[in-house]
Amino acid sequence: MKMHKRILAFAMVSLMLILTITACGSNQTPNAANPAPSSQGGEPSSETPPASASDKTLRIFAWNEEFQSRFNDYFIKPGKLPADIQVEWVITPNENNAYQNKLDAELRNQDSSDNKIDIFLIEADYAAKYVDTDYSLDVKADVGLTDADLKDQYKYTQEIVTNTSGKLKGVTWQATPGLFAYRRSIAKDVLGTDDPAEVQKYLSDWDKFNEIAVKMNAKGYRMLSGYDDSYRTFANNISAPWVDANDVIRVDENMFRWVDQTKDYTDKGYNNKTALWAPEWGADQGPEGKVFGFFYSTWGINFTLLGNSLAVPLAEGGKAEVGNGIYGDYAVCEGPESYYWGGTWICAAKGSDNIDLVREVMLTLTSDAATMKQITLDTEDYTNNQAAMTEIANSDYQSAFLGGQNHIKMFAAAAPNIDMSNISKYDQGMTEEFQKSFKDYFDGNVSREEALENFYTAVIEKYPNLKKPA
Amino acid sequence: MNSRAKNAAQRSLSVRRVFCYIFLILLTFLSLFSFYILVINATRSHPDIQKGFSFLPGKSLIFNLKNLFTNQNLPVLSSLRNSLFISACTALVGTYFSAMTAFGIHAYNFRFKKFAFAFIMMVMLVPTQVSALGFVRLMSTMGLRNSFIPLILPSVAAPIVFFFMKQYMESTLPIEIIEAARIDGSNEFHTFNRIVLPIMKPAMAVQAIFMFVASWNNYFMPALLLDSSNKKTLPILIAQLRSADFMKFDMGQVYTLVAIAIVPVIIVYLLLSKFIVRGVALGSVKG
Amino acid sequence: MDEKGSPRKKSRSISYGKWGYLFIAPFFLAYLVFSLIPLISTFYNSFFERYMVGLDLIGPTFVGLENYYSLFTQGDFSKYLSNTFIIWILGFVPQLLVSLLLAAWFTDLRLRLRASGFFKTVIYMPNLIMAAAFSMLFYTIFADAGPVNSVLMSMGMESPYRFLANIGSTRGLIALMNFLMWYGNTTILLMAAIMGIDPSLFEAAQIDGASSPQIFRQVTLPLIKPILIYVMITSLIGGIQMFDVPQILTNGNGNPNRTSMTLVMYLNKHLFSENFGMGGAVSVILFLISAVLSLIVFYSFTGKMQRGGNKA
Repeated sequence: MKMHKRILAFAMVSLMLILTITACGSNQTPNAANPAPSSQGGEPSSETPPASASDKTLRIFAWNEEFQSRFNDYFIKPGKLPADIQVEWVITPNENNAYQNKLDAELRNQDSSDNKIDIFLIEADYAAKYVDTDYSLDVKADVGLTDADLKDQYKYTQEIVTNTSGKLKGVTWQATPGLFAYRRSIAKDVLGTDDPAEVQKYLSDWDKFNEIAVKMNAKGYRMLSGYDDSYRTFANNISAPWVDANDVIRVDENMFRWVDQTKDYTDKGYNNKTALWAPEWGADQGPEGKVFGFFYSTWGINFTLLGNSLAVPLAEGGKAEVGNGIYGDYAVCEGPESYYWGGTWICAAKGSDNIDLVREVMLTLTSDAATMKQITLDTEDYTNNQAAMTEIANSDYQSAFLGGQNHIKMFAAAAPNIDMSNISKYDQGMTEEFQKSFKDYFDGNVSREEALENFYTAVIEKYPNLKKPA
Repeated sequence: MNSRAKNAAQRSLSVRRVFCYIFLILLTFLSLFSFYILVINATRSHPDIQKGFSFLPGKSLIFNLKNLFTNQNLPVLSSLRNSLFISACTALVGTYFSAMTAFGIHAYNFRFKKFAFAFIMMVMLVPTQVSALGFVRLMSTMGLRNSFIPLILPSVAAPIVFFFMKQYMESTLPIEIIEAARIDGSNEFHTFNRIVLPIMKPAMAVQAIFMFVASWNNYFMPALLLDSSNKKTLPILIAQLRSADFMKFDMGQVYTLVAIAIVPVIIVYLLLSKFIVRGVALGSVKG
Repeated sequence: MDEKGSPRKKSRSISYGKWGYLFIAPFFLAYLVFSLIPLISTFYNSFFERYMVGLDLIGPTFVGLENYYSLFTQGDFSKYLSNTFIIWILGFVPQLLVSLLLAAWFTDLRLRLRASGFFKTVIYMPNLIMAAAFSMLFYTIFADAGPVNSVLMSMGMESPYRFLANIGSTRGLIALMNFLMWYGNTTILLMAAIMGIDPSLFEAAQIDGASSPQIFRQVTLPLIKPILIYVMITSLIGGIQMFDVPQILTNGNGNPNRTSMTLVMYLNKHLFSENFGMGGAVSVILFLISAVLSLIVFYSFTGKMQRGGNKA
């Protein structure tokens, strides 16, 4: 008996060890992307990455790899990175606010750090949080970009990252105006035309939009897919920021228009009660969908909407061509109000010891018309350069997916109308909590007043300094 | 017993058995269904998943795998290795030191014994979440960012594992055994390693699995501590993939990576579960 | 506890006492470094107003018990407390019953279940997936267009049942997930305990003509009490700390109408703004609740166990 037990113990421990050691040994170097070789045998090592001086390392904070691939393709590849500079990427996923937590902690230690952050990226929804502090440098006064460098960028992309005293704190390579993408076949059936200019006349303001929703319903279609589809068109057009000068929360009339419209649509069956990015929402965009249209932004058309519209996915040998699902059945128009959705901004960190290089990065990736045009041609990302975009808009560029429409032209027309002067540092929390709290109201679980009350509670949890309006 | 009564007993046993099987099959279905969905979705492409649920597998597994392994920012293999290392060490360190602490409390009398036991019981009740940010700050000042030490060494003080070991010792480890060893001239430490640990084996195997899995699936703490790409663990990669930008957002890849992440755990579990069942069986047949 | 021993042994124990310190030293050292320092700051912080607005630190200002006061007057704390307990009980009661049943079956020598190795292996499997991924999968399964609804619709339901838009079904799903993730674990623990029982006790009971249920109630249950206490207490603590599953299933908000918001989800809300004051206060209350409940469970069971032990 004792013998058995000992053998068993030995077997278990050795199994664990073998598993660990083989795992460590066998996969030693398949990963060419890792600059620093991993420690031998996998024992915990506390060494910090390359012991190079901070001014020889360009340290960049991001939450995903989008900017990294732009940086690699359009800054490193053309040979703009000095040979003696190392790039260190610190990519922390957004989940559970991990990115901001980490970034904030490091920014606060920036002065005493011997490995200083040079660049960090931010999203529009919380841009003001960083823009209103000294942790981000003034793009003009500190980094050295000139008005001439910045003249072709869309104005709204600068409004979002301009602080209260008028200083520009960041730049972006993309512009993300939003449009209404609709099904041509449904438009023909209900409105008698599928021409974008004609359809736009039916949808040019919210009253008309609502009238069409009734017509859609009568013919067995749904106007929208989910609760939040139209949210950003309303939230982008509020008349004052979410919080007033005395830290009192202020829910704009426009937000209640979204609430009432969505409740009305939900109760009457004009929408399909889905959520953004949920499978049901994706299915509504496909061949079986009965939904008239979707509010979509630049990046959404060619990647998300196109993929969802196919009957046989690209990964399974399906072709992006007419005949596969409803490819070719979509078109875009401006919709009732101009708005934007998405985008990433580049900020220079206070204390950066590579200012000249940061300036080069900003110039190349956000101001250089040739680079910007190339990015759009390569990736179909809509870039932040009016001259380059106008050039493509006026070309004979056609999207087969949109039935031959030149949607870049449409975007180029829509982008200058976006007005983001009412952005605040609370927008991320406000957007999340407003959508979540009112979902209960749309679902019929709480009254409108209770939903509003829940919204105040949730927001004050996030921002303890805020107060409920009296 | 006459034969009729025996038959009746036999019949009622068969009825019970049928009932047991039906119940077990139902539970099996419930337990495995989510795995089924996971495997199915791992073989489907993102737009396919977006279109709704399917009971049949898609044809995109190879495509998803290729996407995962060619992505330079997703060091899948090195993260597998890191996760394996951290989890195995946590399980070993945690079970060994918890048994040691339990033994210290169980076998000896000393002045602060009651206090020590009460203290551990109390700290078991403290939710870990709130001190997380303080912990990260402390580790940073100690220069332990991007190190596996803050992920492994805290398991030396695992109150819940300690409590399990203590309970187990109470039912299986009579003090007489230790005293007998002392009479044989065994050093206390030696007694612990050579006599106590083998008796504790079933308990240690069970807790090792629990600790391994918990550490393997841990996201929050590693995400706050590890940022250099060759130190990342699998849950971090999964989160990274889930928060990918809209152009690269791909549920097919997410499901495939989750599937990759659970395969090693299942293998370790299947291997160890045999030892556990046998170990438990051995423990019960006391010589 | 009861190994204090007789006075005769006491003189021996004293000379070995220093070994006790040595054996528990690593635990306390590790605890001091990795947990106690952050923990003390948590308790300390609960008396301060301290949070971030964006990147600006507000405080810390000493406010005494104000955080506790506002927790009970405006935080709906009791609501989240009852949410947590309702969801925990919904999952724990079936978990304990099913685990006891399975452990009894698997260890029942007369029942001789075939393929029990397979079943034992399978029931633990849900615990292997990370909670976040498990939630994600459940979200898919119970989605409006998911497999459950497509089965319901094919059985004649007109529109999909919206599981996550209804209070009962949302709580039920969280409880079901907790159940699935932990019943295998509990079964293994209980089996280990049952198999640790001296088989001669079962044989004696069988010879006395006891039926399987009788043996289970009168021999097995009293003898596995230490492990039952362990299961109860760890599950209680796990329940009070419930977070990942409802967090991901309800997108962090405990919808509908905050009825599936658990205490730790509420705590997590305060971490968004690094509100260590309120967060600290919530943790202290959490700590007190868990401590009181665990002590009740512990003493009510050990008291009974010792009486039973004396009888045997």
